[in-house]
Amino acid sequence: MPASSPTLSDTGAVLCAVLILLVPLAGAGLALINTGLGRSRSAAHMMTASLCVVSVAAIAYCACGFAFQGFAGLPAHVVMIGGKPWSWLGRGPIFMRHMTLGASPASLATLLGMFSAGLAALIPLGAGADRWRLGACSLSTALLAGLTYPLFAHWSWGGGWLAQLGANYGLGQGFVDGGGAGAIQAVGGLTALAMAWILGARRGKYAHDGMPSAIPGHNAVYVVFGCVLALVGWCGLNSAGAILFSGTDAGAVVRVAMNSLLSAASAALTAALVTHTRFGKPDASLTANGWIGGLAASSGACAFALPVEAIAIGIIAGLLVPVAVEWFELRMSVDDPGGSISAHAMGGLWGVLSVGIFASMSPHAIGAAGEPVRAGQWLAQVVGIATLIGFMLPLTYGLNWALDRVYPQRVPAEGERQGMDLYELGAGAYPEFLTHGDEFTER
Amino acid sequence: MKILGFLLLVSGWAITLTAVALLAQDVPRAAFILAGVGVEIVGLVLVIRAHPVRRGEHD
Repeated sequence: MPASSPTLSDTGAVLCAVLILLVPLAGAGLALINTGLGRSRSAAHMMTASLCVVSVAAIAYCACGFAFQGFAGLPAHVVMIGGKPWSWLGRGPIFMRHMTLGASPASLATLLGMFSAGLAALIPLGAGADRWRLGACSLSTALLAGLTYPLFAHWSWGGGWLAQLGANYGLGQGFVDGGGAGAIQAVGGLTALAMAWILGARRGKYAHDGMPSAIPGHNAVYVVFGCVLALVGWCGLNSAGAILFSGTDAGAVVRVAMNSLLSAASAALTAALVTHTRFGKPDASLTANGWIGGLAASSGACAFALPVEAIAIGIIAGLLVPVAVEWFELRMSVDDPGGSISAHAMGGLWGVLSVGIFASMSPHAIGAAGEPVRAGQWLAQVVGIATLIGFMLPLTYGLNWALDRVYPQRVPAEGERQGMDLYELGAGAYPEFLTHGDEFTER
Repeated sequence: MKILGFLLLVSGWAITLTAVALLAQDVPRAAFILAGVGVEIVGLVLVIRAHPVRRGEHD
């Protein structure tokens, strides 16, 4: 990872800006998936919550998120350990004051970071569906977009200590995460796990003997259409991330988009095969989760993996996601209606590791002959995974636990009985579906 | 048990960081980094085992 800011031609900057503007489609896709996999009586609440968390994320990221995240070459808090610099936190001004917003790489990274923070904030919503209060998920998003996401993003994208593991300690190119498999997917997915633990299961999900009951999603069409939207957004996210954070040239966009699609496609087909083998028929929601898991996994190595490697990454993600969904629900008693933990946390962590396994070329030599990745790349990726599980998970759990003490995050039992739409918004998403008793009485 | 699990998670991360910062040779460094990940896995298991107790708490 480069310690200094990358340089972009005018064409490259315009292309990068256009790619970044596709990223909100990934957010729209996730919002539709979360809504479709939840109950119909919480559908309007989920879409409203999605809009609210994206709004809070944008403002929180502007207020302090980018200041903490920073960018390669910008000021940062650095501690010297054993004579080596460890950059822990960005040192930018709050509310992006004194920053010239234009076509510079730092400006583009700011815009991408703002959209990415919103995307990361949408992930826990899927795990908290049908029981997470609107105000609480907005406050939790402020913590995510203002602190936890920017912290890891600085370490991996902002010239932080993880990115410098190669330069300082000879661990390959340092931690590589071009599209945000760690910074967006794993951070969002681990926050989803923390929220599922803090909120507890939905009422009626688990019997007293611990056996879970199936609460199917209410609209498979939303879910599948969300997957298609997510693909477009992911192509933009992975491509822009590769240009800004992995130092690839703009011409690598074709390769990145192709790898993203191949990974998602092979993951969805694998998930369909796995569920067909296990249940006799392919499962729509698990196939969709497999697709998202493949996209999340692709974010790690998409910039420099070969197409066949992208397929392999997707196949493993497609095996991992359905197994993880079942494991979380049956073994860990984690109620995750949207499958966010399995698709984003497990897919993202696998995507991070896949860089160390499948990195056949240097991320700085895309399109050229390519130099072999220096030894130790896998170790840099393992250090990144250890940081995600060993530091980010306790941090996000602790922050949300403290928030829950001050402002209870779970809706009261009456809210779950009525549905989040009626209880929190006062109106449902599908009013014409209501049966009014007085319409059927004889006059 | 939950607090102990989270402490082990952070301890495993600290072992990993210490190995990166202090060990120069490849094999001992890799061994200690993997040991740190192992400690994290133990911590994660403890945290997971602590949470099913809350199952049905809201039922």
